[in-house]
Amino acid sequence: MSVTRRHILLLLPAAAVAWKHVLAGTPEVSPNYKLSEHWWSMLIDLPKCIGCGNCVRACQTENDVPDGYFRTWVERYHVTDYDIENPHVDSPDGAKEGFPPSKEKGGKNFFVPKMCNHCADSPCTQVCPVGATFIAPDGVVLVDKKYCLGCRYCVQACPYGCRFINPQTMTAEKCTLCYHRITKGLTTACCEACPTGARQLADLKNPNDPIHEFLKTHNVQVLKPYMATHAKLFYNDLDGSVR
Amino acid sequence: MPGVEGFMYPNEVELQWSVLIVLYPFLTGLVAGAFILASLERVFQVEAVKPTYRLALLTALSFLLVAPLPLQLHLGHPERSYEMYLTPHKTSAMAMFGFVYLWYLMAVLVFEIWLDYRRDIVVLSQSTTGWKRLIYRVMTLGSSNISEHALHVDERVGWVITLIGIPSAFLLHGYVGFIFGSIKANPWWSTPLMPVVFIFSAMVSGIAAVMLLYMLATWLRKQTIDMRCVDTIASYLLYTFIIDFSLEMLDLIHRIYESDESFRSLDFMVHTKLYMSHIVVQIIFGTVTPIALLFLTQVLRLGEMARKRIYALAGCLTLIGIFAMRWNVVIGGQLFSKSFLGYTTYKMSLITREGLLVAIVLTILPLGILWVLVKLLPPWPEKKSGVLAGAAPAH
Amino acid sequence: MNAFKDAGHLFRLAAVFVIGILAFLGIRAVLVPKSFGQYGHYRGDALAEVAARPVSFAGHQACEDCHTDVLEKKKSGRHAHVNCEACHGALAKHANDPGSVQPAKLDTAVLCVRCHEANIAKPKGFPQVASADHSNGMPCDTCHQPHSPAIDGGGTAKETTKETAKQ
Repeated sequence: MSVTRRHILLLLPAAAVAWKHVLAGTPEVSPNYKLSEHWWSMLIDLPKCIGCGNCVRACQTENDVPDGYFRTWVERYHVTDYDIENPHVDSPDGAKEGFPPSKEKGGKNFFVPKMCNHCADSPCTQVCPVGATFIAPDGVVLVDKKYCLGCRYCVQACPYGCRFINPQTMTAEKCTLCYHRITKGLTTACCEACPTGARQLADLKNPNDPIHEFLKTHNVQVLKPYMATHAKLFYNDLDGSVR
Repeated sequence: MPGVEGFMYPNEVELQWSVLIVLYPFLTGLVAGAFILASLERVFQVEAVKPTYRLALLTALSFLLVAPLPLQLHLGHPERSYEMYLTPHKTSAMAMFGFVYLWYLMAVLVFEIWLDYRRDIVVLSQSTTGWKRLIYRVMTLGSSNISEHALHVDERVGWVITLIGIPSAFLLHGYVGFIFGSIKANPWWSTPLMPVVFIFSAMVSGIAAVMLLYMLATWLRKQTIDMRCVDTIASYLLYTFIIDFSLEMLDLIHRIYESDESFRSLDFMVHTKLYMSHIVVQIIFGTVTPIALLFLTQVLRLGEMARKRIYALAGCLTLIGIFAMRWNVVIGGQLFSKSFLGYTTYKMSLITREGLLVAIVLTILPLGILWVLVKLLPPWPEKKSGVLAGAAPAH
Repeated sequence: MNAFKDAGHLFRLAAVFVIGILAFLGIRAVLVPKSFGQYGHYRGDALAEVAARPVSFAGHQACEDCHTDVLEKKKSGRHAHVNCEACHGALAKHANDPGSVQPAKLDTAVLCVRCHEANIAKPKGFPQVASADHSNGMPCDTCHQPHSPAIDGGGTAKETTKETAKQ
């Protein structure tokens, strides 16, 4: 069939609409997203974190997180000399407004962002009595808001303190790794807002993902490895004092 | 932040499980304990405690009927609680609640009570009038067969049910201990001893409760207390208490000796935030004192009046002590941070859905239900000729 | 069959139990959500429900499609890898309909100090100043152009803060 002027005239309005969307960068709902092609994780590059709290604010905006509860937060550590088992830690309002000047002088000081570790062997999904929280086939631990009873067992079972009960929905809630964004080809809100690249979303099933090279060339740990949760939140240069 | 000392993960500041979750194991513990006392007579042939047999069963039933209420009131979505029956998650100890509860209620407790009372129910269904008659008639399930052989069948089946009931009672309360004991994230809870300690403290509380209720009911009915019965119950209370105390001491000594990562934080918590509830109420007044009092009654020859007073005092202190134990486990486990760097405070509200008032009402409610059950299914043979003439327990 | 002669009441009770169990199984078959068990012990539909949430941050790609001149200025400066919305806030609404939603004016006195106020916990090599000593209350964009903040990075600050998107 030869393309006539008529065809082009018909196509133009559609193209205009589509072009407007392309220009505006509306993320298309991706029908091409295949669960089995992804295994999501995140890298936290600690030497880069400046404790600005952008991530905490961005997460609150993106996910409507209620005040006083945190899907992510930043902790500030002050370690005096060799006493690494007794760090002084603070996280004023989860670092939503950053940190005030440090009161303590000297010692070793650094920031540690925290969030759900999206554990491959998560104790929280193990204890849910009804199956309202689960690990999706692409590696993200999620909560089914419509099914959750609000029994709080999962909150008790999480070793990292990343869960809470949303006072409006009365269901369990936590970081979703911005599932609604990553399934559309965007990065998480916290990664988008981080000015220094301390947070990096990573897809372990993507052979081209920079995390593979990073893991090979840096000293990387997870929090509380003895809990054997197989956490997928990888920390570069994690100090032994971090709780 | 008000109420917080040191550092807590931001989401840890507010406690998740309130006084209602303290109350729930206390109530199911009474159920399990009362049932074990009843089974002493039925299965282990301890004849002396026969006067409390029916009362123990009715007590267990009263508390079992109330037990789901604190759970429902605590849930964020109680209207979804049926999901535990639809899609129980096999890896979750909490998921078995619905089935264990239903099994214990219907296949053990109600079944056993029905079998034991069946003769009385049939008699009452023929002798009473009005709506009471209807209730009894329904309870007979249409069968009025109380022949010698039928009652003998009841006796045999009842024995089997009681036998099955003992591990069922352990399961009903032991799984609660496992709910706490299997949480590796929480070192105050995570120990294989937890289900065992829960079961033994349940037995202690149940035995004490039935002993007190028997003494109280007999006094209200202006009858004489069977001292042989009460003395026997008190001795079982003492033995069980000694085992329970030993288990808790074993846990404590083990913790102090191993002194792992969590120890300093927990030790500090027990000496400060939990000092009153743990050291003073649970250990000193709630365990050591009742054990000492009961021990006195075993080694000294005390008069009847003195023994009654001691049993009453020891019983009350025991119940308070076991409640304190639940409090210290549930609330204590949430007062310290999983970073081991800080503590928070439990702000118990008064008149909210999970407040103190609700807890008090839920504790008194089973006594109200027991009163109704005692009226409906009297545990005692009436001295004067009445509806229950000759209606001693079937065996 | 003599043993069963006087056990009629037990059979009646058994019947009650059987009816109860059957009723339970029937109710269960109706009430369990259809997508439950699709991927595991949870409602398969939940994945789509979580993913359906509307987006608040457009992502830097969306900004760069229109604001190419800012991108030019930014990509050779120290803020090259600072995404637009890290400072400008969530702007998916603006990206979807640029005319109707105007991004808010930023207050550099608040914004810049969040990252650049000196703190001993910040990495040593990270540019940070004690703002009281450094600028004595003056807004940062008096001297620095945020899109390329080096002092000799191109133009004085004030004239470039009124830039708008060139369509």
